[in-house]
Amino acid sequence: MDLALSLIVLLPLIGMLILFAFGRRIGEPGAGIVATVAVAGSFVIALVLALDLFSGEGSVETVRWFEWLPAFGVEAELRWDQLSTLMTLVVTGVGSLIHLYSIGYMHGDARFGRFFAYLNLFITSMLILVLANNFALLFVGWELVGLSSYLLISFWFERDTAAAAGKKAFVVNRVGDVGFIVALMLIFSVFGSLGFDTVFDGAHNGELTGAMATAIALLLLVGAAGKSAQLPLYVWLPDAMEGPTPVSALIHAATMVTAGVYMVARTGAIFEVAPIAAATVAIVGAATALFAATIAMSQRDIKRVLAYSTISQLGYMFMAVGAAAYVAGIFHLMTHAFFKALLFLGAGSVIHGMSDEQDMHKMGGLAKKMPVTFITMAIAWLAISGMPPLAGFWSKDEILGVVFERGGLWQVLWGVGLATALLTAFYMTRMMWLTFFGEPRWDEGIQPHESPKLMTIPLVVLAGLSVVGGLVNTPFKLTLEHFLEPVFEAVHLAHAPEGSVAWILAAVSVAAGIIGIGAAIFRYRDRVPAEDGTGWRLLNNGYYIDDMYAGVFARGGKLGAAWLAFRFDVRGIDGAVEGVGSLTRRVGGWLRPLQTGFVRSYGLAVVAGAVGLLVWFLSRGGL
Amino acid sequence: MTVTPGWYMALAAVLFVIGTGGILLRRNALVMFMSVELMLNAVNLTFVAAGRELNVLDGQVAVFFVMVVAAAEVVVGLAIIVAVFRRRQTASVDELSELRG
Repeated sequence: MDLALSLIVLLPLIGMLILFAFGRRIGEPGAGIVATVAVAGSFVIALVLALDLFSGEGSVETVRWFEWLPAFGVEAELRWDQLSTLMTLVVTGVGSLIHLYSIGYMHGDARFGRFFAYLNLFITSMLILVLANNFALLFVGWELVGLSSYLLISFWFERDTAAAAGKKAFVVNRVGDVGFIVALMLIFSVFGSLGFDTVFDGAHNGELTGAMATAIALLLLVGAAGKSAQLPLYVWLPDAMEGPTPVSALIHAATMVTAGVYMVARTGAIFEVAPIAAATVAIVGAATALFAATIAMSQRDIKRVLAYSTISQLGYMFMAVGAAAYVAGIFHLMTHAFFKALLFLGAGSVIHGMSDEQDMHKMGGLAKKMPVTFITMAIAWLAISGMPPLAGFWSKDEILGVVFERGGLWQVLWGVGLATALLTAFYMTRMMWLTFFGEPRWDEGIQPHESPKLMTIPLVVLAGLSVVGGLVNTPFKLTLEHFLEPVFEAVHLAHAPEGSVAWILAAVSVAAGIIGIGAAIFRYRDRVPAEDGTGWRLLNNGYYIDDMYAGVFARGGKLGAAWLAFRFDVRGIDGAVEGVGSLTRRVGGWLRPLQTGFVRSYGLAVVAGAVGLLVWFLSRGGL
Repeated sequence: MTVTPGWYMALAAVLFVIGTGGILLRRNALVMFMSVELMLNAVNLTFVAAGRELNVLDGQVAVFFVMVVAAAEVVVGLAIIVAVFRRRQTASVDELSELRG
C-alpha cells in the first residue's frame, strides 16, 4: 500500500527526470509515450487502490515519507482519503488522455521532449498538492503547479505575448500566494501545527474563534482566488491561452485552476466556523460566474471564449463550496474537468485543422470537415449548457438547488447562478454556431481537415465521460455524496432540495439553458452579426479591467520603482555612500599639509609629542 | 667620589639629547641613522643601570632585545640608503620629499 501510493506520485516524477535528461535523444514520439505511460500508470494504480474505498471497505491511509519540518509539526506525508482519491483519479485520468492527445498536437515541435517533461512535472506537482497531508506539503504542490503553469504558458517563449502571459500568470498567482502564506502563518500560530488532522480537529472542537477564523478563511480565499482565477485575480487566465492548447485543457481548465476549490473544500472545517468568510466565497464565486460569462459572450478567439467560460464555471464551484455544498462543488469540479477538457481539446483540434486560425469569425461550416471533433464538442456543449441527462446538468443543478435551499439572501445568488446558466448556454451555442455551422469564412489557402486518431480518441473518451459522468451523483442515487461524506464529517453539508421543489428548479434551469441556446441560434442562424457596437467592445475588452490594472497597478508599480531607482537609490542610497566618500576626501584635504615629506619635520613632531607626554605625566605627578 | 646611578642617568640623558639633536639638525641620512643608534644606546644605558641598581636581570634582557632589533633595522635602513644614494647621488633627506601630501 505504501509503495503503491508513493508510486502514484513517483511515476510522473521518474518520467519527468527521464525526459529532462534524455528527452531530446528519445525524440518523437518516444518522449510522449514515456510521459503518457507514466501518468497512465499512476491512474491505474490509483484506480486499483480506490476500489477498496469505492466498495466502502477501505480506510483512510497515510504514507509517511520522511521527517521534514518537525518545528511545524509536519512530515512529508501523503493522505489517501475519499477526497484525495477522487482528485487523483481526475488529475491522472484526464491527464493521461491529454498526454495522449498532446503526442498528436505537438507533432513536429522543436522542443517535443521538453514539453512532456513539463507536463509530467505538472502532474507530479498536482498530485503532491492533492495528496498532501498537511498545509506545508500542500503549499509545496501549490507552488510547483504555479511553476509548471508558468513554464507551459510561456512554452513558445519566442512569442513575446506568450512570455508576457507566463509572467503575468506568475505574478498574479504570487499575489494570491501572499494571502495563502499569511493564512498558513495564522493557522500555525493558533494550532501550533500545520498537519491537517490537528488543525481540522482543533477547528471542529472550537479552538478557532470568530475573528481569527474569519481572517484565516478570508486569506485562504485570497490564495484560492489567485489559483482559481476568481475576481479580482482572474486576469491571468485568459492570457494563459497563449500556451499550447493541451496545456489550456489540462492545467487551465481541468485540474490546476480547480486547486482553489479543492483547497476550500479541504479546509471546510475552518470555513464552518467562519460563516461570513464562507458567504464571501459564495458571493465572489457568483459574481465571477456572471461577470466572466458576459465577457465570454463577446470573444472572437475560440480559446478565450473557453477561458472565460472556465472562470465562470469555477465561479459556480466557489459558490457551491461557499454555501457548504462541498460535494456539489467537487462534483462540478469533476464533470467540468470532463467537458471543459473536451471543449479545449476540441478547440485545439479545430485550430490544428484550420492551420492555427483562432478567430471564430473566420471559421464556420466545419461540421462536415471535422465530424468527430464536431460530434464530441457538441456533447460537451450540451453538457455545459446543462441539458439533461449530460454531466453538466446534474452538477450545475445540484449547486443551484443547494444555494436555493439555503433561502434568504442566498436566493439572490441562485438568481445570479441561473442568469449565468442562461448566458453559458448562449455563448457556448454562439461558439458552436460560429465554428461549425453556417457558410465557410476561412482565409484563402486553408484546407480544414480532421485531426489524427491520436487526437480524436481522447475526444471520444472524454465525450463518453461527459455523457455518463453526471450519473455518479443524481438526486435519485447520491453515490458521490455518500462516498465523500466521511471527509466532511466535521462540517454540516448543505443539501439540495427534494421532491417537487427539486423538479421545479431543474425545470427552470433547463428552461434557462434552452432559452440561451435558442437565443443564440436565432441570432447566429444564418449570418454573423458585426459585433462591434459599444457594448460589444466593452465586453470584448473584458470591461477594460485589464487596462485598469495596467493603468493602476502596473503603472503605479513602475512609477514606484522609478522613484526608488532614480530618486531614492540615486539620491538616498548613493548619496549616502558618496557622502561618506566626499567627507573622507575633504577631511583628507584638511590633513594633507601635515604630510610635508621632510623626515626631520616628522622627527620634530615625534619629539614634540614625547615632550608633551612627558610634561603631562610629570604634571600629574608620576605615571 | 662614587659613581651613583644618577650619573648614569645623566650621561644617558646627555647622549639622548645629542642623538635627538642630530636627528633634527643633520640632513644626511647616514648621520641621522647614527643619531638614532645613539638614542637607542642611551636608553640601553638606563636599562642596564637600573637593572644593576635594582639587582634584576630584566634590564639586561631588554637591552639584548633592543640591540637585536636595532641591528636588523640598521641592515634594512642602510640598504635603503645605499640604494637611494646610487640612484640620486645624494643622501640628503630634505631632497627626498616626494611623499609630500
